[in-house]
Amino acid sequence: MEELLEVTKTLINVSAMIAIIGVSFSVMLLLYRAIKGPSSPDRAVALDVIGINIMALAGIIAILLVSTQFNDVILLIGILLFIGTIALAKFLEKGVIIERDMD
Amino acid sequence: MLLAVLLPFIIAIFIPFLSRWKHHLHTGFFVTAVPVVIFIYFIRFIGPGFEPVGREYSWIPSLDMNILLYLDGLSLLFVLLISGIGSLVAFYSIYYLHKSEQLGHFYVYFLLFMGSMLGVVLSDNVFVLYTFWEFTSLSSFLLIGFWNYREGSRYGALKSMLITVFGGLSLLGGLVFMSVITGTASIQEIMSQQELILNHEYFPLILGLVLLGAFTKSAQFPFHIWLPDAMEAPTPVSAYLHSATMVKAGIFLVARFFPMLSVSEWFFITVSTVGIFTLCWGSYMAVRQTDLKAILAFSTISQLGMIMAMLGFGTELAVFAAAFHILNHATFKGSLFMVAGIVDHETGSRDIRRLGGLMTFLPITATLALVASFSMAGLPLPFLNGFYSKELFFQSVYELDLSVAGITALLQSIFPYLAVFGSIFTFVYSMYFFFGTFRGKGDIEELPKKPHEAPVGMLISPLILVAGVIVIGLIPDLINEPFVEHAASAIGGTEIAKDIYFWHGISPAFIMSITVVVFGTILFLVRPKWAGVYRVIPGLLSLNKFYDWLVDRTERYSTFITNSYMNGSLGRYVRLILAAILLVTFSAMSFTGGFTVDTSNLSTITVHEVLIAIVMVIAAFGTIIAKNRIAAILILGVVGYGLAMLFVVYRAPDLALTQLIVETVTVGLFLLVFYHLPKLQKTDEAPVTKTLNVIISVAFGLMMTMVAISAHSSKLFESMSSYFVDNSYKLGGGDNIVNVILVDFRGLDTLFEIAVLGIAAMAIFALIRLREKKKEE
Repeated sequence: MEELLEVTKTLINVSAMIAIIGVSFSVMLLLYRAIKGPSSPDRAVALDVIGINIMALAGIIAILLVSTQFNDVILLIGILLFIGTIALAKFLEKGVIIERDMD
Repeated sequence: MLLAVLLPFIIAIFIPFLSRWKHHLHTGFFVTAVPVVIFIYFIRFIGPGFEPVGREYSWIPSLDMNILLYLDGLSLLFVLLISGIGSLVAFYSIYYLHKSEQLGHFYVYFLLFMGSMLGVVLSDNVFVLYTFWEFTSLSSFLLIGFWNYREGSRYGALKSMLITVFGGLSLLGGLVFMSVITGTASIQEIMSQQELILNHEYFPLILGLVLLGAFTKSAQFPFHIWLPDAMEAPTPVSAYLHSATMVKAGIFLVARFFPMLSVSEWFFITVSTVGIFTLCWGSYMAVRQTDLKAILAFSTISQLGMIMAMLGFGTELAVFAAAFHILNHATFKGSLFMVAGIVDHETGSRDIRRLGGLMTFLPITATLALVASFSMAGLPLPFLNGFYSKELFFQSVYELDLSVAGITALLQSIFPYLAVFGSIFTFVYSMYFFFGTFRGKGDIEELPKKPHEAPVGMLISPLILVAGVIVIGLIPDLINEPFVEHAASAIGGTEIAKDIYFWHGISPAFIMSITVVVFGTILFLVRPKWAGVYRVIPGLLSLNKFYDWLVDRTERYSTFITNSYMNGSLGRYVRLILAAILLVTFSAMSFTGGFTVDTSNLSTITVHEVLIAIVMVIAAFGTIIAKNRIAAILILGVVGYGLAMLFVVYRAPDLALTQLIVETVTVGLFLLVFYHLPKLQKTDEAPVTKTLNVIISVAFGLMMTMVAISAHSSKLFESMSSYFVDNSYKLGGGDNIVNVILVDFRGLDTLFEIAVLGIAAMAIFALIRLREKKKEE
């Protein structure tokens, strides 16, 4: 039983590390797109996906650290990404984020 | 005695109220009473059995600054001059200044000056002395600039202020030195410990500083240039300040410290050389002037040089002659200034080239001028006091001790010739002053006013002074034993008694006097023939030009220096600030050996930390090189999110939450205002500046990294965080330690951070709203 637990722990750690490296690699690739990206929408999408990757990263790190304190962080990133992307999209579309009253 | 010093200040408070009635009664009548009262108070000290009187009033005892008043023979001489001539000048000014002038201002300044001058000569405490000293400079500045709508008045006032305050500050330095060395602020006690100062290594510095103060105030070469420009003041002011009292404050200072300083050989060398040179230069330059008051100004300079030289000689005879001449000069110079004022007042011109032949129009004034100017010239007549002191001067310069060696002996052997040279020119300008104004044929019709004799009130003051000239001339013993001897003894520090005779027999001094008269007459008669010499000396060289150049250059170079770095560019200021921080931190850290690297207390580095760091570094560089502004702000967002991940890794969930929200809101705000911002452009800075920017930023980053590493490597104390961990639940009632610290242990910080946010919000609101309102209007 003890041994099984040890093996499971090692398994989780190793797979978490592999996942972190994979996610980080994807973040770097996305960063290339964000820096290079010929148009602004390219960059906006890149930032959005970077945010999703960061959510994943936070989740994996929470597993690694054996903590439930970071669940708030993951949820918050989700909300903020949504709002941020909407704002960016509106800015790219109309040039402003908050429109004045029409009347 | 304190009341006597403070009386002018007290009355000065009431002058503005009194001057409201100036159309009914001239304010000067009230003012004249003040010096008269003071004069009567002090005149009773005169007598053969005079003893010094000291009074003490506490002011700031903890700093040893008490108002010590000390009345000895020297102070008495000056006090009587100040109050006596002050009375006459105040009376004279009643007739000189018209009621339409700003009499209130004039008499307030006048009384301020009189009170501070009394304070200078009576105070025994060095700090009180200095306070009154600066008061005289200040009130003199105000009096010179009395007609402040004139350009010349303002220029003269500023010049005298700059020069005398320069000297005043150096005097303060000397006084502080003396007071620190001896441990007392009382002049008498400082003098009683003179060995301490004389043997101190800073003695040359003290001597230099005190003499600098005295020379600037007494208009000695080369600091004499302010005095001719101070002639823009109303004539009563010139008569009072710039002949009888203030310019003698420097003489007073040298005389006050004479027993202590004169022991040094350098005192003799400096004071007598400067004095003799000032005598020659002043009298030489006086002949060149065309303005009556300018002649008198240079004459004052030269006579002050003569007194200074006598103090420098330091023999008993010379000290006695100096004390005597202080009195004599005040009498005849005061009356001459008043005469110049009358001429100006009655003819409308002070230019000696336009004046002439006024004797028949102003007979009384002419008589007064005759006696006073002949006394100034030192004509050997038994009723002129100027002759007595001049002869004593010749005698003292002739009888200098020649037994010493070196530079002193050299100076002593040439002094008699210089003295005679200066006196010849004194004779010339005195004759020039009298004959140029009152004799010859003048163009009476051309003058602005038709000349006629002055009103009686105006003539009374010079008449009293000229009467003084004659009385002292006829009966010198009247003032010798009861008065001048006390002054001379007080200066010399020992009993000094000399007899004043008119006739000494054919002595060397008498021969010198005769030489002066003979050569002076010849030079005066052929003056137009040699007047061209002034084109050679001083020619184009002029100390005034040097002064103007200095002031102008100082202003121009300070403007230049300020403009060289204050160019309004924010980039440059940031560069300067960062470079300064870099320099200071680096030098402080290197000199104190602050850079340390200690690897014993490091934690292990994990893979995910490295990965997040790499992402952040790439994003940071990406921000710098981004060409598009949206790209820049988005990539900057990546840095912020990376930081949030670092907080996650280092187990700070609250920080991570806040960082995420703030980062998002910031990006949103940037997007909000981006619409109004210009496109990100290539900065058109010079390559040198760009390189400099790179160097400064890289160096600053490295510097801060080094500081952080050093700070980590030199932890001297245990962190206090264990206290919070132990007590957050026990005392604060919460599990979340960060939040308990924020609102409980250190709640005050939170309060003011909330205040900062509130202020920022209101400021933004105000900025936007007020601008919109302005647009609507």
